Amino acid sequence: MTRRDLLASVAAIALTGCAVQTPESGLRFLTPEETASLTAIADRLIPADALGPGAGTAGAARFIDRQLAGAYGTSRDLYMRPPFLPGVPSQGVQSPLTPAARYRAGLAGLDAHCRAAFAGSGFADLDGARQDRVLADLEAGRIMLADGGRAFFELVLRDTIDGFFADPHYGGNQGMVGWRLIGFPGARYDYREVVARHGEPYREPPVALA
Amino acid sequence: MTIRLKPVDAVIIGFGWSGALLAEALSGAGLSVLALERGQFRDTAEDFPPSRAPDELRYAVRHDLVVKPAENTITFRNRADQTALPVRAWGSFLPASGAGGGGVHWNGQTWRFRPSDFLLKSTIIERYGKNFLAPDLTIQDWGVTYAELEPYYDRFEYLCGISGKAGNLGGKIQPGGNPFEGARARDYPTPPLTMPYAPTLFAAAARACGYHPFPQPAANLSRAYTNPLGVTLGACSYCGFCERFGCGNYAKASPQTTVMPVLRRRPNFSLRTGCTVLTIAHDGKGGKARGVTYADESGQVFFQPAEIVVLSAYTFENIRLLLLSGIGTPYDPASGKGVVGRNYSYQTTSSVQLGFADTLLNPFIGAGALGMVVDDWNGEHYDHGPLGFIGGAYLAALATNGRPILNHPVPPGTPRWGAAWKRAVAKSYLRTTRLLASGSSLSHRGAYCDLDPGYRDRFGRPLLRLTFDFHPNDLKMSEFVTARLAEIARMMRPDWLVVAKRQAPYSIVPYQSTHNVGGAVIGGDPATSVVNPYLQSWEHDNLFIVGASAFPQNPSYNPTGTVAALALRAAEAITRRYLRAPGPLT
Amino acid sequence: MQTAWWAVVFLLCAALPASAEDRVREGAYLTVLGDCAACHTPPGGAPFSGGRRIPTPFGTVIAPNLTPDRETGLGAWSEDEFARALRFGRRRDGGFLYPAHPYPYFARFTRAEAGAIHAYLATLAPVHQAARGADLSFPFDLRFLLRFWDALYATPAPPLPDPGHDALWNRGAFIVTGPGHCGACHTAKTWLGGDVAARAWQGGVVAGWVAPALDGDPRTGLGAWSAAEIAAFLATGAAHGQLASGPMAEMVTLSGARMTAADREAIARYLKSLPPPPPSPPPPQPPPAVMAAGAGLYRLRCAPCHGRDGEGTPGLFPRLAGSAVVIAARPDTVLRVIRDGARAAATDAAPTGAAMPGFAATLDRAAIAAIATYIRNSWGNAAPAVAASAVTP
Repeated sequence: MTRRDLLASVAAIALTGCAVQTPESGLRFLTPEETASLTAIADRLIPADALGPGAGTAGAARFIDRQLAGAYGTSRDLYMRPPFLPGVPSQGVQSPLTPAARYRAGLAGLDAHCRAAFAGSGFADLDGARQDRVLADLEAGRIMLADGGRAFFELVLRDTIDGFFADPHYGGNQGMVGWRLIGFPGARYDYREVVARHGEPYREPPVALA
Repeated sequence: MTIRLKPVDAVIIGFGWSGALLAEALSGAGLSVLALERGQFRDTAEDFPPSRAPDELRYAVRHDLVVKPAENTITFRNRADQTALPVRAWGSFLPASGAGGGGVHWNGQTWRFRPSDFLLKSTIIERYGKNFLAPDLTIQDWGVTYAELEPYYDRFEYLCGISGKAGNLGGKIQPGGNPFEGARARDYPTPPLTMPYAPTLFAAAARACGYHPFPQPAANLSRAYTNPLGVTLGACSYCGFCERFGCGNYAKASPQTTVMPVLRRRPNFSLRTGCTVLTIAHDGKGGKARGVTYADESGQVFFQPAEIVVLSAYTFENIRLLLLSGIGTPYDPASGKGVVGRNYSYQTTSSVQLGFADTLLNPFIGAGALGMVVDDWNGEHYDHGPLGFIGGAYLAALATNGRPILNHPVPPGTPRWGAAWKRAVAKSYLRTTRLLASGSSLSHRGAYCDLDPGYRDRFGRPLLRLTFDFHPNDLKMSEFVTARLAEIARMMRPDWLVVAKRQAPYSIVPYQSTHNVGGAVIGGDPATSVVNPYLQSWEHDNLFIVGASAFPQNPSYNPTGTVAALALRAAEAITRRYLRAPGPLT
Repeated sequence: MQTAWWAVVFLLCAALPASAEDRVREGAYLTVLGDCAACHTPPGGAPFSGGRRIPTPFGTVIAPNLTPDRETGLGAWSEDEFARALRFGRRRDGGFLYPAHPYPYFARFTRAEAGAIHAYLATLAPVHQAARGADLSFPFDLRFLLRFWDALYATPAPPLPDPGHDALWNRGAFIVTGPGHCGACHTAKTWLGGDVAARAWQGGVVAGWVAPALDGDPRTGLGAWSAAEIAAFLATGAAHGQLASGPMAEMVTLSGARMTAADREAIARYLKSLPPPPPSPPPPQPPPAVMAAGAGLYRLRCAPCHGRDGEGTPGLFPRLAGSAVVIAARPDTVLRVIRDGARAAATDAAPTGAAMPGFAATLDRAAIAAIATYIRNSWGNAAPAVAASAVTP
């Protein structure tokens, strides 16, 4: 083994250790327009600030796109046999709509609402304050979409947070910004040395699944 | 076209903890044993190595190790006058699937029930009189005592290498252990885990309140351990990915880490995965069980004849298979008669969340059963006379489930999104913890399981229908113990605190507990039980129904230790007595 | 499994007269000492029915069918023909067998012992399964060249018993240098596949697995092992913080665990009598940057099982500190195990058989090399650094 080999190995490790994953451009379910809206929404739900980037920048739309193209988006693993009868809240959601269908309808409804209310502008074109107002209205049930504005807001909020705190390989926590924000060390598997160090900060950086 | 297979001595339906323990005992006695498991084969290095296991989205959020509702679910309603609707996505509980069952992704809280738990009804009547119990409560004695189960508790603890500290050795109270527990023959095989900060603060506060905190008995091992079968387990590394996850470093007791290495060497044992049992064949009441009909993943149907049938699926599937097979009289809530589906009960949980401005608690350091517990407000450890309810809860600070997708608390009053939320979550994550009250659940006349009249599974069979709501007794109990929990929490001097009470109606949506019990309960009287004290069917003496389906009501503790002790006792009765003289074991 | 195997032998014997019975039993046991099943029993197949592909540095040799099937097995072989093949590597037609068949070691068998093995094999159920020959690269596909190999390497071993040693030692010497054919793996081979006599017991590499030294070297050999530990390792696959995996796992399960305790003790006694080799100069220090990178990766990916200080867990995770396999001159085992994972031997006495997952999908070549370099040079270990280019992708 030559010295050059060794230096090459070190360089390679340094690269794999620090490099931000290159984004995959290909969308699997969402349209570019839907992606733009979702990114804008996510960047208001978890905005960029002095603590770090927002959820949109961290890849929320990519996370949601991949999830919607898979088992989650298609409700593949859920019990989806009819009839879908209205129940009481304690019986859980009874809807034939998959998350993918709800995103498609919800984003279209939101877009239509914004274009009607803001002289032809889509959600992504609005300024931050207006975006926040639209989201607050959705959350409060003041904007009604086909699937219920409030339910759609809850869906997007949950998925945005899920993506922001999920492993980066799912696409929504690029650069582990969600984990860095709160101090979660990620996919580490051994805290034996620190379990008894009560009240001390944990200083190792977060790591992702490889 | 059903293919008839070569007979085996024993067929086991469901390969979780119960199935694995029965398989070990029966194959160890020389029987040819076949275990049928609906889910897939799983083992540590192949399926959840440390390089893949710590994936919160996959396992904790998307429930990768849990049965898919598309494959099997239940329908649910709170009351009999409602229409039950299918549980389309899991919420309140997460039934397992796959080799090892829930034993793969459990937390590892390994309890013994108290002596009085097995004699609940007679204890309550003796202490408070006949009229103390609400008339619709259907609680009953088990027909088996703590003393009879003690050797099997011991055996399971030593099979797993449970980490803990005895509180009662042969009647002598031990400092540092649970002073309320039943007498045990010897201490735990391994010492308690190392406590992180939050449980330590909780224990100090509990002591200041005059209580008796002790370490939660854990199947996450404090040190490496070799069990009596010669199988070695590793030491827990406090990774924090335990409940809903498989353990990547052999440190959590599971069928995989305790008995499967031995079973895999026995030529008279085999495990077939991807096999869904459709019915149990039998000769009618008083006759023998003849074997099982099952479908493999291609849909091919087989008949597997067997001399002994062990039904050891999850509670719900145990009940459903009995009903689908016409075994036992179905429970009729109108008359109160019938036994199959009767005495379903759950777990009455509540919690307190508390946050600190400056104290770093590092919730990512965790294990499934890592924490300190107080048992002073549980069961008959205190006088219920003036309180008007029975039961209680253990109160605990467990350093578990601290992962950020499902655990990113913020102080009350914080907006749910936006810049203020982000600042709050950034500050709170490392400085927040949660205390738990795990409370009892009493069986009552309106809580039961039967077959749904409409919704069907992928094989066209009716789903099981659950009718359940918390009994007023349990809500009163929960109110009381939650207040005690909040007192301890305040003693910890947090900067903020949120009490999450348990209220009616019971909802299938938020996760509470996977401790669904009863429906095929144990007892001394065939009029009020499905199995005798050896888990043997009253109707077919070669059918054994193993699992928490046997619990006549649910004490506060997690069920696995008792499920295992009952299973091991049944297994021993089969190998020592039933094989010699097949017939009722009473 | 072990019980079942013996039950078969006893059942077979029940039908035979006493002396023949003893002979069959002796033959059966000698196949255990010779670990014959490792090559001649196909995985999951009938015992000794052959067909298993044996990779060698020169190509693949296919183990023949030893069941008494007349066409494809030994059914038509006389005892003499069999004994000649077993002990001297000759085919029925007088040609040479490939020395994947370890006849230089099996020459230790007496003619009577060979006859006992033949008698045992004759009791097996005949299995009709043609051996498909060999698939070797030129010039090793030329069987006639094997006569030169034979002349070069099939040198007679020193005669036994050696009167300078006791019976236990002599029994150990017989097994280790005879039927056990330990040197087939644990002694380095020349490019022709013969033993390098000057480096006897200093370890070798077989099918990509390091067979560590069996000599008295305290670091790379058995110098730090007690005789009891060696015997326990043979019986269980787990001792001295180490676990048998790869070909040694097979040797333990098929041979070591089935031997008599006395024979394992004899092997241990003999091996402990092997002297250490002359000391060799310490390897150069690995570059600190590689060690630092390896340390970070090790703590993240390896320490959850092997421990922060490479201490392992007896019977579960091998100890890396002081492991002869880890610090072997060639890092083959370390690299392949990090890349592909491994499963430890499972025996009745130590049934755990824990497995390590492979990291090929998780770690790139540089990372694997850095971890290998780190564990080879930490906690008192010292071995040459490993280059990324040495890691098979």
